[in-house]
Amino acid sequence: MSEAKKTTTKKAAATKATTVKVADANKKTKMEIRLTGSGGQGVILATIILAEAGIEAGKHVAQSQAYGPEARGGSCKAEVIIDEKPIGFTKVEKPTFFMALTQKALNQYAPGLSKSCIVLLDDTLETPECLLSNKVYKAPILESAVKEVGKAMTANIVAVGAINAILNLVSDEELHRAVMSHVPKGTEELNEKALQVGMKLIKK
Amino acid sequence: MGKTVLMQGNEAVVEGAIAAGMRFYAGYPITPSTEIAEQSAVRLPQVGGKFIQMEDEISSMAATIGASAAGVKAMTASSGPGFSLKQENLGYACITEIPCVVVDVQRSGPSTGLPTSPSQADVMQAKWGTHGDHPVIALSPSSVRETYDLIIRAFNLSEKYRTPVIFLMDEIVGHLREGIEIPDPKDIEIINRPVKKFAKQNGLPYHVEEGEWVPTMLPFGKGQRYHITGLAHSESGFPTNDNATAGKLVRRLIDKVEKNLDDIVTYEEVMCEDADVAVVCFGGTARAAQSAIEQAREKGIKAGMFRPITVWPFPGKQLEALSKKVKRIVVAEHNDGQMLLEVQRVVKNNCKVDFVGKIDGSVLTPPVILSKIEEE
Repeated sequence: MSEAKKTTTKKAAATKATTVKVADANKKTKMEIRLTGSGGQGVILATIILAEAGIEAGKHVAQSQAYGPEARGGSCKAEVIIDEKPIGFTKVEKPTFFMALTQKALNQYAPGLSKSCIVLLDDTLETPECLLSNKVYKAPILESAVKEVGKAMTANIVAVGAINAILNLVSDEELHRAVMSHVPKGTEELNEKALQVGMKLIKK
Repeated sequence: MGKTVLMQGNEAVVEGAIAAGMRFYAGYPITPSTEIAEQSAVRLPQVGGKFIQMEDEISSMAATIGASAAGVKAMTASSGPGFSLKQENLGYACITEIPCVVVDVQRSGPSTGLPTSPSQADVMQAKWGTHGDHPVIALSPSSVRETYDLIIRAFNLSEKYRTPVIFLMDEIVGHLREGIEIPDPKDIEIINRPVKKFAKQNGLPYHVEEGEWVPTMLPFGKGQRYHITGLAHSESGFPTNDNATAGKLVRRLIDKVEKNLDDIVTYEEVMCEDADVAVVCFGGTARAAQSAIEQAREKGIKAGMFRPITVWPFPGKQLEALSKKVKRIVVAEHNDGQMLLEVQRVVKNNCKVDFVGKIDGSVLTPPVILSKIEEE
């Protein structure tokens, strides 16, 4: 079997680096993360930061998003896959982690989630009956951004802190570097605070 | 190789293009290609290049050709609706033999369709979108890393064969972020157009030396006046109605690609050595196909993947050889069967050819391809 799985690339020297190795089915190291909310809440940036953190930790990542033509207000779904192995299909198929910041997004995506999927919800959301997950965290993500950090638009960074506290994807240091490399100059302190607030939302 | 950086497919287009020597970009933004314009606007001034947002896609294509005629490596990018508008001037670049790279990040159509949804339905537009017999080189990447390498190759082929090269991306790869290691510039092969030393060549701008496929090129506006026209022309560059001259020109335009397939065609075979079923796909679809054939192997089905990297010219000789070894081919693409036509033309009755496609803007997933693999 292992012989048959050899990948050959002919007359494509330039593409050698992209050859995807056959997955080792025994290792379940693949994290499939789906974050949802409303356009403008920054869920895409949150997945970009998680992808960056994955790279900081030496892992393979694939980040993508789906959204409507409008920049603000439409439903938004962003995804990141973090894996020890090279990634084939780049979209999330069976989320191992799911977050919703709006009721609309939660109602839309909850039916597709498995029992083993870890779920993080803003605590203003009502849990729909169709949500099967055995592990649901509720945290005041949006409220904390306003009241503790002092800026509603830092909710996505609060979420990033909470997500890593739940999943232990990367070290605090790696997460810090990932956040800092993607926030605008002059907002470092604010976003560091948001990150700390987010981490503390989840009780260890 | 340096540090691994997180990069989007569309950003890799720009970074790779700049590494290849692109110093001019003209475009009109359109989802899902907009990041290419954005990034070009940021990066080109930093390397002494020029970015210009034109009033539309037609003028963008014209400006790109004009810049290249003046001696600067130039690129434009769009999506399906804009790619349609570029077609007339694309033909002009073909017959005037002005190198340029045209990126088409495909989205669902027809017309403005689904702006943010993936598609691969411009396969035949890339080949036949502009009228008349003409050469086409179209490259399609399936990862961010490959995007970087392949856009460099697009420029190299364009310069070498003096022809527009189409970079046929899709939303899947264009909007995908992955970690990539940027290669050291000294490890990158760069090909520049053959530049004319006019005095030696009787002042004929389209004179082709014995044993060469293309005329050497003098940057327009650099001292020597000459004529560039979309009409059939002689070696002088001036229009002609002479059938023999026109026929010779079009024959050479086609042959410079068709007679150099060994130099141009690239493809990838994955697990094809012992395969009973081969999935034929390109671009972003290959990522789903890769997972599907791995899952098939786990179930004991000998599945492989054949991926044209040059969608045009199509790797027909190589696929024909494979079709004599496998029992069945499954063509998977985000359209209603475009590359399928080329596969059927090549494979004939060598093996059964099945198809799985998508036309609703959603993504072809591994289970959908797997169930097609499992059908027999």
